[in-house]
Amino acid sequence: MDMSSINWVLLLASLMVAATPILLAGIGELVVERSGVLNLGVEGMMITGAISGFAVATGTGSVTLGFIAAAVAGAALSMLFGVLTQFLLSNQVATGLALTLFGLGLSALLGQGYVGIKGLSVPDIHIPLISDIPILGPILFRHDAMVYISILIVAGVWAMLKYTRAGLILRAVGENHDAAHALGYKVIRIRLMAIAFGGACAGLGGAYLSLVRVPQWTEGMTAGAGWIALALVVFASWRPWRVLIGAYLFGGLTVLQLNLQAAGMKIPVEYLAMSPYLITIIVLVIMSSGRGRAALDAPAALGRSFHASA
Amino acid sequence: MNLKRLLAGTALALGLATAATAQQDSVKAGFIFVGPIGDGGWTYEHNQGRLALEEHFGDKVETVYQESVPEGADAERAMTQMALGGADIIFTTSFGYMDPTINVAAKFPDVKFEHATGFKRADNVSTYSARFYEGRAVQGTIAGMMTKTNKIGYIGSYPIPEVIRGINSAYIHAKKVNPDVEFSVIWAYTWFDPAKEADAAKALIEQGADVILQHTDSTAPQAAAQEAGDVITFGQASDMAEYAPKPRVSSIIDNWGPYYIERVQAVMDGTWESKDTWAGIGEGMVKIGDITDAVPEDVKAKAEEIRDSIASGDYHPFTGPLNKQDGSAWLAEGEVADDGTLAGMNFYVEGLSGEIPQ
Repeated sequence: MDMSSINWVLLLASLMVAATPILLAGIGELVVERSGVLNLGVEGMMITGAISGFAVATGTGSVTLGFIAAAVAGAALSMLFGVLTQFLLSNQVATGLALTLFGLGLSALLGQGYVGIKGLSVPDIHIPLISDIPILGPILFRHDAMVYISILIVAGVWAMLKYTRAGLILRAVGENHDAAHALGYKVIRIRLMAIAFGGACAGLGGAYLSLVRVPQWTEGMTAGAGWIALALVVFASWRPWRVLIGAYLFGGLTVLQLNLQAAGMKIPVEYLAMSPYLITIIVLVIMSSGRGRAALDAPAALGRSFHASA
Repeated sequence: MNLKRLLAGTALALGLATAATAQQDSVKAGFIFVGPIGDGGWTYEHNQGRLALEEHFGDKVETVYQESVPEGADAERAMTQMALGGADIIFTTSFGYMDPTINVAAKFPDVKFEHATGFKRADNVSTYSARFYEGRAVQGTIAGMMTKTNKIGYIGSYPIPEVIRGINSAYIHAKKVNPDVEFSVIWAYTWFDPAKEADAAKALIEQGADVILQHTDSTAPQAAAQEAGDVITFGQASDMAEYAPKPRVSSIIDNWGPYYIERVQAVMDGTWESKDTWAGIGEGMVKIGDITDAVPEDVKAKAEEIRDSIASGDYHPFTGPLNKQDGSAWLAEGEVADDGTLAGMNFYVEGLSGEIPQ
């Protein structure tokens, strides 16, 4: 094996790009789950965002408009889930799965005319001065705007949950919706807002795939990224910065795996390829035991429907 | 009972199929696709073949298809459903459908099955494939002559004979025109995952490859190469002309239409028989897409010379002397590889580094 042929600077830089879609989708789902709602439709919202963003970006020639459209489309689709689960009290797991299937089908339909069209190119932003720092510059400060926006969103969510009243209310709703209701908070309205935020983030993550990382539209292009994002939230035990670490870890493993192969590494690459999923399974096993669940700080009302009685 | 009803349904379908006489006025043809028909590559071309069927036969043929069928147990379900739905002939268009096809075919002896790129046959199962490695010889020649870094990246899907043949063929011909050339192979373990394919292409480019060959189905590696700048690629399975003239400088196009028309005609005439078809550039099943102006004249001339000599049968891409990767002799001077060895090829030729995952 020839490790010297791996360019570690470029590898770390492409790691950040590879991780951005799951980071965006993951941080959105984190907010949803902290409000006590389990939305398994991340994959469906991502791919709907991917095609909406791609269609609008190629139609208008503006990548920014593309991302906005993707966020709107993701949020709109998530509202379908919101209405069904919050007002009609449908089962969250089943509805989320249906949302994924629906999103995959809808995106294939919307995308009929966009197959084979070339995407726009998104310029990298070289942040003045600090992008010239040796090694760190190329790794951290020469990316497209969405990489930075995704990190800002994580920081924003963290600050909101930790320091603001709105964050406290959101967590209260997620831990004990009856108590929050008794205090006079509008549980359903708060949850709908969280679901819409999650949908918008998932849409952005999908659009990042179709507009920056690949960049083109193909059916089924998210290829399970939504499920990884869901696993990521569990892996991160519902903490924003851990989502960031987890996303870079998962993204890093994907990129590292390919680089090791290209360098002629002799160990079977299947082990590296499966490692993100193995970690997720281990976390889920710990989760499923009662004490583990508490230790991991899962929102207590996660997945439970709320109905204001009498 | 559900089971009873299913059995009754099966019996009924079998009865109907048997009742049909040898001569048929109309044929229902089913297609099982591994990716979406809009992948721009492999499945896209099979679907073009399906459309060619409809155009050729008009009302006399009805086609049904199912996209993105996973290779494995789910494929059996999709095929069974299609057979129960009255299909007379079912084309299963990916290597991984081999065992499912054989299993389902055993349950429906009166339905004809055609499995692409496999090697298991039965009385009602034919196999068909194209000699893609002939096209790889042309690509290898262009790649070897055009690379400046002498590093060529190859995105493989699964380590199966079809893919290994392509790697060997491309390598042999790149080496012939450029003794310093090196190949890096990445196994993506997927036929279709644009994000992963793009990442694989980027990883290869970051390690210095300036030519990318792909044996996966999406156009994502083309987009990655375009973004990287001075990198060339080749269209895989389909022309991928939207990335011409650069990065895509040429392509291998699978042309399935004529074969599908021939086989459906055979079902209509009652002359269908189980057989193995393996056709290449000469028969027109493999086409070499337009070589663009990004390729220098002398390289283009050399590539066309190889293409034409393969088409006419004067030259075989696997002609000795050739050794296996471990240095043991494979083909003697002037000896040509037999189809049996090629069909089951599970070794690299001498000079390639890395191991084939088992």
